[in-house]
Amino acid sequence: MHSVTGGHARLQHHFDDLDQQREASTFGMWVFLCTEILFFGGLFTAYVIYRQRFHGVFAQASHELNVTLGATNTAVLICSSLTMALSIWAAQIGKRKLTVLFLLITMALGLTFLGIKTVEYSEKGVPFGIDALTHLTKHHLVPGPSFHYPCPPGEPCHPEQAEVFFSLYFCMTGLHALHMVVGVGLLSYLLVPSWRGRFTAEWHNPLECIGLYWHFVDIVWIFLFPLLYLIGAH
Amino acid sequence: MAEDETHPHAPSRKPYFLTFGFLIVMTFVTVVVAKFNLGPLNDIVALGIAVLKGTAVVLFFMHVRHSSNLTKLTVVSGFLWLGFMIFITLSDYWTRGWLDTFASGR
Repeated sequence: MHSVTGGHARLQHHFDDLDQQREASTFGMWVFLCTEILFFGGLFTAYVIYRQRFHGVFAQASHELNVTLGATNTAVLICSSLTMALSIWAAQIGKRKLTVLFLLITMALGLTFLGIKTVEYSEKGVPFGIDALTHLTKHHLVPGPSFHYPCPPGEPCHPEQAEVFFSLYFCMTGLHALHMVVGVGLLSYLLVPSWRGRFTAEWHNPLECIGLYWHFVDIVWIFLFPLLYLIGAH
Repeated sequence: MAEDETHPHAPSRKPYFLTFGFLIVMTFVTVVVAKFNLGPLNDIVALGIAVLKGTAVVLFFMHVRHSSNLTKLTVVSGFLWLGFMIFITLSDYWTRGWLDTFASGR
């Protein structure tokens, strides 16, 4: 693992030591995550503004969302963050097969999340063509020409405001789901080097960086869930 | 940092499991509290819990607790600028209508 000159095989020439390299790697990843914070942040800002303006209808429209599925997805992602952290731990103690196992479980949980999202979307009328999976009638809640908001009787109703809520719902969860798909792809990129035992306690920067990405996507969902699913749940 | 009992010289897994437990419990709490009508407190509690959960993920799962000050500064600044975006945008909306008040000399 160590070259004739005494440097670690993974040490790049422009760093003094592995610690500095690791710090640069982590710092760089966080700079990218800052851009992601602002990326999602734009949608969160839009949400904050319209939530204030259309307070009643947002709470009303939120009832159309399935809290059980949302909460389950939250738990699924929390589990996946644990297994992601454990895969890094396994690499640090030199257990390459365990590293791969935890990575695979993390990916499976990510796909579970996406599966549950698919069920949710198809319930709302996104034409995925998997009607057989859901016995529920398709609600026309996708903003657009087929949008039809079932106004609850006895309350003031503004379908156009509800359409804003669902625009935000689909954009925010859709962007998040896209990030999950990318995340699962990134994790698959780690499988072969993990199996080959490339990641050690001294050097596991790719594991760490992709882990940071995965945890970040989890944090976005941690905020999305209460803001979309739990307003007006009482 | 604390060592793992079964694997000496390895980082401990305990913080991960504790954080996991905390996150699951807080998810449960957030769902239960949402079922009660607490008026404006609903939003504050929901966001407060989300912030606590996010902080736990950042500190423990993302290892920021053991990261350099440079990394910590970067994390804080990311959320700080998000705060700027939300707050300044909100201040625009909150002050709509003030212009008429000032223009009429009151």
